[in-house]
Amino acid sequence: MPHRTFIAFLWPSALAMLLFIALPIMSVAMQSFFISHEQVLEVVENCGPFGCTESTQVNQEATARLQEEEPLGRFNGFGTYTNRNHLAFEEIGEVWRTSDGPGAFFSGLMNLPFYKALVFTLTYTFVVTPLVIILGFVIALSVNRLPGLFKGPTIFFSLLPMIVTPLIGSLILFWMIDAKGVIGGTLQIIFDDPDLSLKASPGLTWVTLMVYGVWHSAPFAFVVFYAGLQTVPQDTLESAMIDGATRWQRIRHVVIPHLTPLVVFITLIQLMDNFRVFEPIVGFNAEASATSLSWIIYNDLRSSDGTMLYGSAAATSMLTIVGVCILLAPVIVRTWRANRRAA
Amino acid sequence: MNKVSRFAVTTAFVLASASSAYAGCGISSGSVRIAGSDFPAIQAVSGAAAACDGGGVSVTVDLNTDHKDRQVAALTANPAEFTSSIVANSTLVALMNDGLARPLDSLVAKHGGDLAKSQLITVDGKIMAVAFMANAQHLFYRKDVLDAAGVGVPSTYEEVLAAAEAIKSKGLMDYPIAGTYKAGWNLGEEFVNMYLGHGGSFFKAGSAEPAINNAKGVATLNMMKALTGYMNPDFLTHDSNAVQAEWEAGNAALTNLWGSRAGAVTDGEGSTAEIESNTMFASAPTVAGGSMPASTLWWDGFTVATNISDEDAEATFQAMMQGVSLDMAKANADKANWLIAGATPQAAGVGVVATAQGGATPYPMLPYMGTMHGAIGGELADFLQGKESAEQALADIEAAYIAAAKEKGFL
Repeated sequence: MPHRTFIAFLWPSALAMLLFIALPIMSVAMQSFFISHEQVLEVVENCGPFGCTESTQVNQEATARLQEEEPLGRFNGFGTYTNRNHLAFEEIGEVWRTSDGPGAFFSGLMNLPFYKALVFTLTYTFVVTPLVIILGFVIALSVNRLPGLFKGPTIFFSLLPMIVTPLIGSLILFWMIDAKGVIGGTLQIIFDDPDLSLKASPGLTWVTLMVYGVWHSAPFAFVVFYAGLQTVPQDTLESAMIDGATRWQRIRHVVIPHLTPLVVFITLIQLMDNFRVFEPIVGFNAEASATSLSWIIYNDLRSSDGTMLYGSAAATSMLTIVGVCILLAPVIVRTWRANRRAA
Repeated sequence: MNKVSRFAVTTAFVLASASSAYAGCGISSGSVRIAGSDFPAIQAVSGAAAACDGGGVSVTVDLNTDHKDRQVAALTANPAEFTSSIVANSTLVALMNDGLARPLDSLVAKHGGDLAKSQLITVDGKIMAVAFMANAQHLFYRKDVLDAAGVGVPSTYEEVLAAAEAIKSKGLMDYPIAGTYKAGWNLGEEFVNMYLGHGGSFFKAGSAEPAINNAKGVATLNMMKALTGYMNPDFLTHDSNAVQAEWEAGNAALTNLWGSRAGAVTDGEGSTAEIESNTMFASAPTVAGGSMPASTLWWDGFTVATNISDEDAEATFQAMMQGVSLDMAKANADKANWLIAGATPQAAGVGVVATAQGGATPYPMLPYMGTMHGAIGGELADFLQGKESAEQALADIEAAYIAAAKEKGFL
């Protein structure tokens, strides 16, 4: 293709990517290096229905002047990234010095909000992603064997979990797993434990969130694999059958190799999606037991009483982007190598 | 059309416009846009103000349960999205930190005839808001259950624990206590109540340096942990709605819940007559031999936005004066503890009144209190789940607060 044609085709999407992806990320990166001005405080008298008290307040005029001089706030460099609520270098050093074993070090680490969230986020990602792929593949194989009459309705019902809005789905399940809800009550009978509650302990909350994650995402893997199964070469399958290959051997040596590019595709999408896990934490009211990086950003931006931490939210966003890049790197490098070999 | 009928039509138009001027509450023109949190008392106030709609005035109302999270952005816009934001102690601070609420002195002097002095929220000598109702968390108890357990109405948290033990040991209820312990703002509020009941202070005098890692803080946490021993194990997911549901289902006999829920649990809906008729209210308990109820006093009031025209500001104030009129309070007597002069206290409001008379303090109106509250709500769950010591939890709160306060420029 001549360069002119190539550029003519490319420029609209390049412009859109610049405007809607690159510029916002740069703006967030910029924001993460700044913090609010020093507040000018003054002591005043407050009066109301419950009497008068001396109280501190922010001096409006002085603060407005500061804001006019430097609208972005005070430059803080990587200060926000390294403070206790993010990478916490100082605190980690402290934990390292004082802890007497890997167990104590890990529990010290889990006491820092960023690492606590990171541990849950990574656990969620690495548990849910493979389970989604395996479950999606199994469902696709089973549906593919169904007689034509049942295929349509089965596919429709299998897709339902993905159609339900994540927040709504998790909220509905939140009430169903309540000790008095239908799932929670049934589990109590099955395990013969009247005090069993999925919401009470961190461990069970983690399990609940991950089961929800698999339930919600498996249809995506299913539908991609199902489409892939329609393209499996029938000649190869038939010759394998003639050679006496069992069903398992046919799947292992014909179907799976054929679907490998799809596995890579689903892995990429799922790693990105699961690393940004957020809605189930809100829906299941799970923030006491499980937080994720996205939840931290949300919490900084909706802090009650208007005390939003824009710099903090921006720093966590940048760290999330770095995290996604690290996660995807091995998969992308592999694909690139495979493509180069093929070429 | 003959002359007579033309005259009649003209007269009808004149009369119609005259009556719509009356509907405008004496406001000549302007745009009034009221926004607030969504619960029955505020629905009543904004509804009464919306009756002024008509003629040259347009009055719109936009209530939302997450109002506190959107108000700063909405009033920062110029012109502001809303001309009046209905606020409480803590949310007024957020508006004032950014200078988004205008002083009301001249408007009060011109149109504020009926207001009681105690309704005027003055900061540094300037009237910043007009309060219309009081709220506080106070004790809700089930008379029948306490009687069956053979205990009196508890007036201290130590007695609450003893009563809960009696109820549990007699097999009347598995989880006699309910509490708004949902991680985040609710849990933070419970700590604030209990810590103030212990006589603690959050900051070193005259500064934004935290000062909660002390013996009172530890005692506060230990009391909270003792209470959670009698709660439904899901307590870290329970907010006011969940506690109200637990109460109406008859699963709890003691709770320290918001006064604004007192009407809702005795309104003849969502529960049985037996539970409702035995639901009683009392002052929030004291704790650790203190004399002050372990609760904070809250008011709800209206502000007028800074970033609007003076004409709209005047129209807004006049409409809101209609909203907080004595007629409105009389028509909605059971919806809140109105601070409006001449309004009679509601039957379900005895708890709030008793808590205020007991000497509970208002929620601290400090610019950095919201940051502290957020740090408390975020760091306490680990302690209540038994994962760390009280001292460690308090140290974590201080560390989280310091990091956030540095970013906000308070330290």
